[in-house]
Formats: sequence, C-alpha cells, structure tokens
Amino acid sequence: MKLVTAIVKPFKLDEVREALGELGVTGVTVTEVKGFGRQKGHTELYRGAEYVVDFLPKVKVEVALADEMVDGAVEAITKAAQTGKIGDGKIFISTLEQVIRIRTGETGVEAV
Amino acid sequence: MENDIVELKYALDTFYFLMSGVLVMWMAAGFSMLEAGLVRSKNTTEILTKNVALYAIACCMYMVMGYSIMYGGTANLIMPDGWFGNSIANATTAEVLASGGDTYYAGASDFFFQVVFVATAMSIVSGAVAERMKLWAFLAFAVVMTGFIYPVQGVWSWGGGFLSETVGYSDYAGSGIVHLCGATAALSGVLFLGPRKGKYNSDGKVNAIPGANMPLAAIGMFILWMGWFGFNGGSELAVSSVESSNNVASVFVNTNAAAAGGLLAALGLAQLLYGKADLTMAVNGALAGLVAITADPLSATGGMATLIGAVGGIIVVLSVKFFDSIQIDDPVGAISVHGVVGLWGLVAVTINSDVTVLAQLTGAAVIFVWTFATSSIVWYLLKLSMGVRVSDEQEYEGVDVSECGIVAYPEFDSK
Repeated sequence: MKLVTAIVKPFKLDEVREALGELGVTGVTVTEVKGFGRQKGHTELYRGAEYVVDFLPKVKVEVALADEMVDGAVEAITKAAQTGKIGDGKIFISTLEQVIRIRTGETGVEAV
Repeated sequence: MENDIVELKYALDTFYFLMSGVLVMWMAAGFSMLEAGLVRSKNTTEILTKNVALYAIACCMYMVMGYSIMYGGTANLIMPDGWFGNSIANATTAEVLASGGDTYYAGASDFFFQVVFVATAMSIVSGAVAERMKLWAFLAFAVVMTGFIYPVQGVWSWGGGFLSETVGYSDYAGSGIVHLCGATAALSGVLFLGPRKGKYNSDGKVNAIPGANMPLAAIGMFILWMGWFGFNGGSELAVSSVESSNNVASVFVNTNAAAAGGLLAALGLAQLLYGKADLTMAVNGALAGLVAITADPLSATGGMATLIGAVGGIIVVLSVKFFDSIQIDDPVGAISVHGVVGLWGLVAVTINSDVTVLAQLTGAAVIFVWTFATSSIVWYLLKLSMGVRVSDEQEYEGVDVSECGIVAYPEFDSK
C-alpha cells in the first residue's frame, strides 16, 4: 500500500478530485497548506513598493492506495493539476505500513 | 410679503449651510474608514480612537478659542472676550429684516460649518503618522493644531486678513487653508517620528506594508467623496437665489467630475507604472481630484474640472513614489493627497480666473511656513516631554494593545 501526497494549486483541486474519482479512488484527505519551492515565494506590488509573499497557499491531497492503483493515480493527478507554469506542485509517494478502518476493524488493502 | 421672502431666504440658506456642515462632519467617518483600511489590523483600534478623539478635540478647541481667533481677528489671541463660544451669535428677526438680506444665515450655523473644517484638517494628520505614534502625544498635538495653528493661518485668508486682502490669495473651500495646512502639520510630525519599522532597508529599498482592509478603504473614499459636496458646495454659503443655486449646482458637478478624473488618472498611471490596478492609488487619486478642485470648484467647466482632477491623480501617484524615495513614510498618502495636490489646486485656480500664480504661491508659502514652524515646535516639545513614538516592541505587537488594550479583530490572532 502507498500513501500518495500531492501538493497542488488550490484552483486545481476540483479537477484533481474528479480525476481520482474516475479512477475509483474511494477517499481523499484535503488540507489547505502554505509553503515555498524553488522560487521562494513571489513578490507583489503595493503602492509601487515590492513585498515578498514567502509562503504561497497550496492544497495538500492525501490518498491511500493499493499498490496497483498508484501509477494510475499519479498520472491522473499530474494530468489534472498541471498548468505548465511555475508552482504546479509536487507528488510524494511513501509506503504505508498498515491501514485500519475504524468502524469495522478491517486492516490492510481491505481497509483502503 | 417682502419680509416673508427675506425670512424664507434666511431660513433656506441657514438650512443649506447646516446640512452642508453635516456632510462635512461625515467626512470624519470617511477618514476613519480610509485610515482603518490602509493600516495593518494590529493598529486598527488605535487609528479609530485617534479619529474619534481628534474630532471631539477639534469641536472643543474651536469652541474654546479657534473660532474666535479665526473670525474675530488676531486681537482675540490676547483678549479672549469671544472665547468659549461667546462669539457665536444669531441675529434677531428685526436685525435680519433691517439688514435687507445682507445677514442671510444664522451665526451659529457659520460656527457649525467652520468647526467641521477644522476637524478635517486634523484628520489629515492622523493617517500620515499612523502605526507608530503615541496616542496621547497625537491628541495633545490636536489640541494645539485645532485651537491655535489652524485658526491663525485661517484668519489671514478666510478671516479677512492680509492673504485675501493684500496678497490676493484665493482659496474657495480650502485646498491650502485646510488641506495644505493639515498635510504640512503631518509632514512635520512624520519627520519627528521617523518611518515605520521595516518600511525601508538600510540600502534604501522600499518595502510595502499592505493595508489590512480594502473594503474599508473603498467605503472611506466614497464617504469622503460624498462629504466633499458639503465641503465645496457649502462654501458657496447660500442657495436661495438663482445665482447662488446655479453656483452650487456647478460646484457639485465640478467636484464630482474632478474626483472621477483623479481616480481614473491614478488608476491608469498605477497600471502603467506598476503593471497592476492598485486600488489604494485609485482611492488616493479620487481624493487628490477632490483636493485639486477645492480651491476653485466654481469657475471651471465640467471638462476642465475633470482635467484638473486628473492632473491631481497623476501628481499623487508620482508624489507617493517620491516621498518613499526620500524615506518619508506616510502609510495612507495623506501628505501627497492633501499637501502636494493641495498646492496644485491653488495653482489651478489661476487657469479659470485672473488670480495670479504669485499670489497663490505666496499664500501657500505663508501657510506652509507658519504651519511647519509651529507644528515642529509642538512636535519637538512633545518629543522632549512625553515622547512621540511607541517602543519597538509595542510597534511590533501593534499599538492597539499597547495604547488601547483592545484589538480590532479578536477572533483573528495575527500580527
């Protein structure tokens, strides 16, 4: 099992959710987050003077998946969240040791 | 029948005068909202406290001595017979009728109209010194400004002194007497105070400190715009004849046109210079247009008034940049809007009348030198005695907590 964590542009969230839904993904967790990447935020102008926005708002989408679904999900997220411009975000994949459905006590792939 | 008409005209002019004063009074709300919108949220309560308190101080000090000085002549500086409101007097019916229409409004309505102008001049100062000045130092300054500094330069022009009588200085509703005066006191205060922490780097780079609330800034602008119809329209002082009604109507049209011209010019220039449609510049531009037309909102055609306002809008964008470049930190642009554009307004009078540029510049210089000198003395004494600036830690935490003990938005805990 894998945990796929995608940091995407907020306005792309709906498209990402739809794409994952079409794959048959049964649940995602979404968090509003802030951060910076290689551009270190960006500058804005106010009354002719620059100010730096250090941390840009992003959305973090977390999906727990069975191994065979990971490639499809990554492709779907990449396609849905991509604008080709700076700041499109990143996808992190990590191994999930265990998953437990609280209501029934099921574990492993059954619980995903 | 003849007497009835005289009485009716008296009543109508008095009513118009009072309601114009009410509009100008409402400008205090406009300044409050504009300034609350352009400071950071941690300094909102304090700027509002300054605004409500300065309005009350202006009312009290103008009652105590200001009105008496400004319209009773400079002799009232030493002989306070007219102080404490004693120079406010209404004529009796017999006196009004005997004057044959020369006395056409109540004496008390004149006081009311004048007192709200003082408050406007003082409101200009609060925005420029925002976010770092001690509340009580500011209010102490307001006492001297509204009771003494403003009325003394007022007597030289509107009070029938040498600026209007000898120099030929012309300032219909106060581009110089109200706006330049207020901005000059603000400039002096900012020089004694220094810029906000973090506004300028040691290498001269200017950092933006964005205002907290753009909706408040926008409503503040509209309130001021509306109040200005009283400011300029009321300065015709009458409405009960065809001529004065026509004049009032022209003043309304020109005041509105200048604000519109100023807004569009500033918005367009900000887009050209900075690549973004900066709302705060548009707001400053509208106010600049209003200040620019205030010295003569009557003589210009509507088109000319739009242009005079537009030039004001251009000036204000460039002026804000200029003051930043010499590290004079004015969070709301008050010195640019009211001072630099106030000067333009005085010069613009010469376009549509035979007033000379020399007379206008002389008047502006007299107002500037007097206000700057006396303000500087007061700021200096305040700096020596109670101090004018909050500590670095208080400035970081926000003056809402250190000066007022109340934060403006307690549900949001951000610095």
